[in-house]
Amino acid sequence: MREITLSAAVNEALAEEMRRDDRVFILGEDVAEAGTPFKVLSGLVEEFGTARVIDTPIAEPGFMGVAVGAAMTGMRPVVDVMFGDFLFLIMDQLCNQAAKTHYMSGGKLNVPLVVRTNLGATRRSAAQHSQSLHALVAHIPGLKVAMPSSAYEAKGLMKSAIRDDNPVVIFEDKLMYQDKAPVPEEEYLIPLGEAQVLREGSDVTLIGTSSMVQVCQQAAEVLAAEGISAEVIDPRSIVPLDEATLLASARKTSRAIVVDEGHQSFGVTAEIASRLNEKAFYHLDAPVLRLGAMDVPVPFSPALEDLTVPTPDLVAEKARLLCAGELIHAA
Amino acid sequence: MSPAKTTSNTEDYLRMFRQMVRIRAFEENANQLYLSAKMPGLTHMYSGQEAVAVGICEALTPSDKITSTHRGHGHCVAKGAAFREMFCELLGKEEGYCRGKGGSMHIADQSNGNLGANAIVGGSMGIATGSALRAKMQGSDDVTVCFFGDGATAQGLMYEVMNMAALWTLPVIYACENNGYSEYTRTDEIAAGDILARAQAFGIEAHRVDGQDVLAVNKLATDLVERCRKGEGPFFLELTTYRYHGHHVGDINREYYRPKDEEAHWKSERDPITILQDWLVAEGIASKDELDAVQKDIRAEAAAAVEYALAAPYPDVAEVDMHVFTDIPHATEARI
Repeated sequence: MREITLSAAVNEALAEEMRRDDRVFILGEDVAEAGTPFKVLSGLVEEFGTARVIDTPIAEPGFMGVAVGAAMTGMRPVVDVMFGDFLFLIMDQLCNQAAKTHYMSGGKLNVPLVVRTNLGATRRSAAQHSQSLHALVAHIPGLKVAMPSSAYEAKGLMKSAIRDDNPVVIFEDKLMYQDKAPVPEEEYLIPLGEAQVLREGSDVTLIGTSSMVQVCQQAAEVLAAEGISAEVIDPRSIVPLDEATLLASARKTSRAIVVDEGHQSFGVTAEIASRLNEKAFYHLDAPVLRLGAMDVPVPFSPALEDLTVPTPDLVAEKARLLCAGELIHAA
Repeated sequence: MSPAKTTSNTEDYLRMFRQMVRIRAFEENANQLYLSAKMPGLTHMYSGQEAVAVGICEALTPSDKITSTHRGHGHCVAKGAAFREMFCELLGKEEGYCRGKGGSMHIADQSNGNLGANAIVGGSMGIATGSALRAKMQGSDDVTVCFFGDGATAQGLMYEVMNMAALWTLPVIYACENNGYSEYTRTDEIAAGDILARAQAFGIEAHRVDGQDVLAVNKLATDLVERCRKGEGPFFLELTTYRYHGHHVGDINREYYRPKDEEAHWKSERDPITILQDWLVAEGIASKDELDAVQKDIRAEAAAAVEYALAAPYPDVAEVDMHVFTDIPHATEARI
C-alpha cells in the first residue's frame, strides 16, 4: 500500500469531500494561497477557488460564528483554527452556540461543522502555541472530538466528521504532519466512536490518544523485550468514547495506563481512568494510572519542555511498576 | 407618520397594528405569568419596542432569516410565531417551539426563518453573518436580519463580523435596537462616540430611524431588504426605542438607574401602538372602535393560549438527554 503523510491525508480527505458535496467549504486564516502555515491545505484553493477556500481576517470568534450560522442554514463548513491554543478565542461560538443549538432548539436546528485544529508540545513554540486542549471541548455536551493518531486515521476520521450532522472538533498533532503511514487509494471512512486495538497483550493495557499512541507502541516494544505483554488501544475519538473496547481490555489485562498529551489534572486521562475504575474495578489488580502532560504552562527551553510530556521510557517504567505490584499510587 | 394612505397598503398597515398588539398582549401575559409565579425562571420584556420587530419583519418573507436576542419574544411573534407554542415554551412544556428545552431566552419558530433568540449578548452576530454567507454561496436571494441591543455594540464580535460582511458584500442587516439601557446602565455611560460611525468605519451604509414609528421603520427596512437582495448589503440600522420594563421582569425597583417620569413620557407620548392607532384613525383607515375590537380579539386569543399552555404536559423525563447529538438518541445511556 502507498504511504502518505498525515498532512497529505488530511488534504485528500478535504478534497474528496469538497468534490462530493458542494456544501462543504473551508474558512480560516491563511487557508487559501498560503495553505496554512503547515501547508496542509496546499492546492485546495487552486481546485476549489476562493469562494470555497476562504481566507478570513485574523478574527477567530468572528469566523467561528460565521461558520455556525452557515452550518445552521445548510452549509457544512470546515473551520481552520491555526493553533489549538486559539480555541480559547472561539469558546463562546463553539461551546455556547454550536454545541447547544441542536439541544436548545428541541432538535430542530443542526450545526454540521468541523473545527480543524491541532495539539502537541515539543515544537519549541512556548506556552501559547503548544497546548493540547481537547479535554476542554470534550467537557461540553454536544461536541464530538476526534484525535487521529496517524495519516490513516486522519483521513478516515476527517471524512466522517465532515459528514456528521453535529459539530466535530478534530485535533491533529502538529508534530506528525510529515509522518507517513499506509493509506489506501480507495475511499474509506473511520466512524467516530470506534476504538482500535493496535497491539494485543495480556499483562497491561496502554490507552493512548493522538501522538501518544506512538509513545504507547514504543513502550510496548520495550516491555515485550522484557517479557511484559502490553495491549495498545487508540480510542480515535474521545467523544463519543468507545468505552466497551477499553473496558474489555482492562478486564482482560487487569491493569491499565492512560496516556494523553493534555494536562494531567481534570483531563482525558482522569475521565478514562475513572470510567475503568467504576466499571472494571473487580477485574483490576492495580489502580489505573494516568500519564498526562505536566500541569505547567508549556516552557520554551528544550531542556524544560521535553520534561513536560509523557515518553516511551516513562510509560514503560510505570508499566513495570504496575505489573510488579508496586504500590506506586502511594508513592 | 410620513407615508400617505393608499388603498393597496391598507391591509399592510392593519397587519402591522395587529402584530404590534400581539407582541404587547404576549408580553403582558408573560409578565403576569412571572408575577404570579407560574413561569419558571425569568424573562425580558419587549413591550415598547414593538415597532422595531414588526416594521422590519413585515419587510421580510418567511424564507428570510433573523437572529434574535434575550429580549426575543417580539422578534418571534413578528416573524410569524403562534401564541400557543410560544407560551408552551415559556412554561417549559413539550409543545413549545423548542420542546421546553430553550425557554424564553432561546425561543424561536424555526420554520419561519427564526434562527433563535440568544442569551449571550451579541452572541448571534456571527450566526446572522454566516447565514448571509450561506445565502451568497448558494445564490439564494434571502436576507438575514441580525437584531441586537445597544448593549451588544460593546462586544468585539460585532466588529469582526461586520468587517467580514463588508469585505464579502453579504446580504445581512445589522439592526441595533437602541433602547438607551445596557441592562442596568445608561448606554451613554458605556458607549463612546456615535454608534452609526462604528459601522461606517467598515464602509457599511448606516441609518438612524425612529424606532417608535412602525411605518418609518418598515419603509426603510423594505428599501434595504430589496437592496440586499440585489447584492448591495450589508447595512446597519440604529432604531431609537425604549423598553417599558426593566432589564428583566424582576427588575422592578429601578429608579437608581432610570427615572419614572422618563418611563411615563415614553409610554404616554412615544408608544408605538398608540402612534399607529392615532394615524390609522386620522387617515380614515380604521375607526377607534374597529381597532379596539382588534385589541380585544387578540387579548382573548392570548388568554386562551395561556390557559392552554398552563394545562399542557411537560416533556417526558426521557427527553432530558435527547437532542444533545443528532445521531445518538440518548446521550447519557452509558452512564451508570
